[in-house]
Amino acid sequence: MAKPTLLSMRDAYGEALARLGEENEKIVVVGADTTASIKTSIFGAKFPERFFNVGIAEQNLVSVAAGLALAGKVAFASTYAVFAPGKCVDQIRNAIAYPNLDVKIVASHAGLSVGPDGASHQELEDIATMRVIPNMRVVVPADAPSTSKLTEIIANHQGTFYMRIARPNCPTIYDEGLAESIRLGRSVELSEGEDATIFACGLLVYEALRASQLLKSEHNLSVGVVDMSSIKPLDSDMVLKRAQKTGYIVTAEEHNILGGLGGAISEVLSEKRPTPIFRVGTQDTFGESGEHQELMEKYGLTARNIANAVLNVRTSHPA
Amino acid sequence: MAISETKPSIEELKEISRNTRKLILESLAEAKSGHPGGSLSAVELVVALYYSVMNHDPKNPSWPDRDRFILSKGHAAPLLYAVLAQLGYFPIEQLKTLRKINSMLQGHPDSRKTPGVEMCAGSEGIGLSVGVGEALAAKIDRKNYRVYVMMGDGEMQEGQIWEAAMCASKYRLDNLTGIVDRNGIQQDGLTEQIMPIEPLSSKWKAFNWNVIEVDGYDFEQILSAFARSKESRNRPTVIIAHTTKGKGVEFMEWSPEYHGKVPDKKTVETIIKDLE
Repeated sequence: MAKPTLLSMRDAYGEALARLGEENEKIVVVGADTTASIKTSIFGAKFPERFFNVGIAEQNLVSVAAGLALAGKVAFASTYAVFAPGKCVDQIRNAIAYPNLDVKIVASHAGLSVGPDGASHQELEDIATMRVIPNMRVVVPADAPSTSKLTEIIANHQGTFYMRIARPNCPTIYDEGLAESIRLGRSVELSEGEDATIFACGLLVYEALRASQLLKSEHNLSVGVVDMSSIKPLDSDMVLKRAQKTGYIVTAEEHNILGGLGGAISEVLSEKRPTPIFRVGTQDTFGESGEHQELMEKYGLTARNIANAVLNVRTSHPA
Repeated sequence: MAISETKPSIEELKEISRNTRKLILESLAEAKSGHPGGSLSAVELVVALYYSVMNHDPKNPSWPDRDRFILSKGHAAPLLYAVLAQLGYFPIEQLKTLRKINSMLQGHPDSRKTPGVEMCAGSEGIGLSVGVGEALAAKIDRKNYRVYVMMGDGEMQEGQIWEAAMCASKYRLDNLTGIVDRNGIQQDGLTEQIMPIEPLSSKWKAFNWNVIEVDGYDFEQILSAFARSKESRNRPTVIIAHTTKGKGVEFMEWSPEYHGKVPDKKTVETIIKDLE
């Protein structure tokens, strides 16, 4: 693979919000002392009357967003994932999802890749906690262009959303044309393959693409990669189609293997088409301080780990 | 009900309050569960709001210019339902279905099911923040509606209340009025024994709110407090209403037991006779 361009999901989110704010004056943004970091400050500079910083008060953050939505606004509430949803699942459940309000919780710094801050800041449970709440929809962009597109999708789709983005600059996978193919409830097949399929989300989509290349060059295996940016609603048609076509399934996410993308795909497969599956993710453990890449290696979230998972799932369930 | 239309006299408000207590007790007896104490304590406050203070229209519950009422102490749902039913938001017979399967009247307020219910509630501590959001939206839209949030006194123990209190002052939300039903009792006992909230008035003052204390059963004081809250400029108002848990039913008054316990139908029939 050619060396990819590194771009920031946070910049993409902030710029998309500022652009969408121009088209739709119902959009309001609420922040909690992390607005410069998460780039909602771009919106704030442009539309100060529609931008509120509630300070370090995340329960108030999401509940104020609920009130704004109740009064007819499209309310974005953003901070770090460990704080929202981490610190306010009750408010998200009872004040946003239950009345199905037009609130978009967009959280950055999710997963291990937040790095040296350590386990207290490494949210590895958010996909699971948000996915099980009725009315909640969960999307996880894989890079900057898909972040931009998904911001637009959730702004224009009435109802409650959780969007999870990561802190580091990340390799760009989508060009503008490909990003146009992203839809709520649909996945994107990034590479074809007959021997196995990797379903990935977030930063691990790029790792999955690299894993697919390793498997090609080292084992002459042809492995498909699907970006599951829409985790709820899940593209179960694609899951079943690829299970039928390739047999073996691997899931990859920067999240606990419990309850996230791997959990969601296992649910579909076990009910509708039992298929051998391996889940790549953190193994029900907290993280620790370290550089992004060091952590991804230590906790088994690299292309090599994904490639090994494909090999393992194939050998432990011989055809 | 546009506020310019007929406003009931204080005698009429008292009569409506008596009837509201009767409807609360009947619906709770029928439901066989629920929270009588905190529903009965706040009757006059909610009656005053819906019959004299707020602009609203039972025929058009989603009227964009309506004043908003959020019952943050969601366990007092039977009170809200009794008032909404009397005003014609839904047929009064529905009160008999409270807490029952397929009912529009859930154990705690559900804005998706009940006409006139502004917001879902039940988990304490959230409503004031939601009120802040609605008040901010009114400011953005340059609308004149006001937002009223009724809280329990036990609810003052929730940290989020004070997050919202800070936020409302920062944004100078003079279109927001909080009401604290200061009945002194929570599920486990007296608020001052479980987790003291006093000095309550000083706390709100310290957060830069306009604080008004009233006797929660004196309509003149209640109406005057709401009128003064409308005149506040640049500051949100909180009305601390001194009330009695279980007000109107002698054996329930000041009883933590009746926070979440409902007397049987026979007892309720006797109580209602006494009320009349």
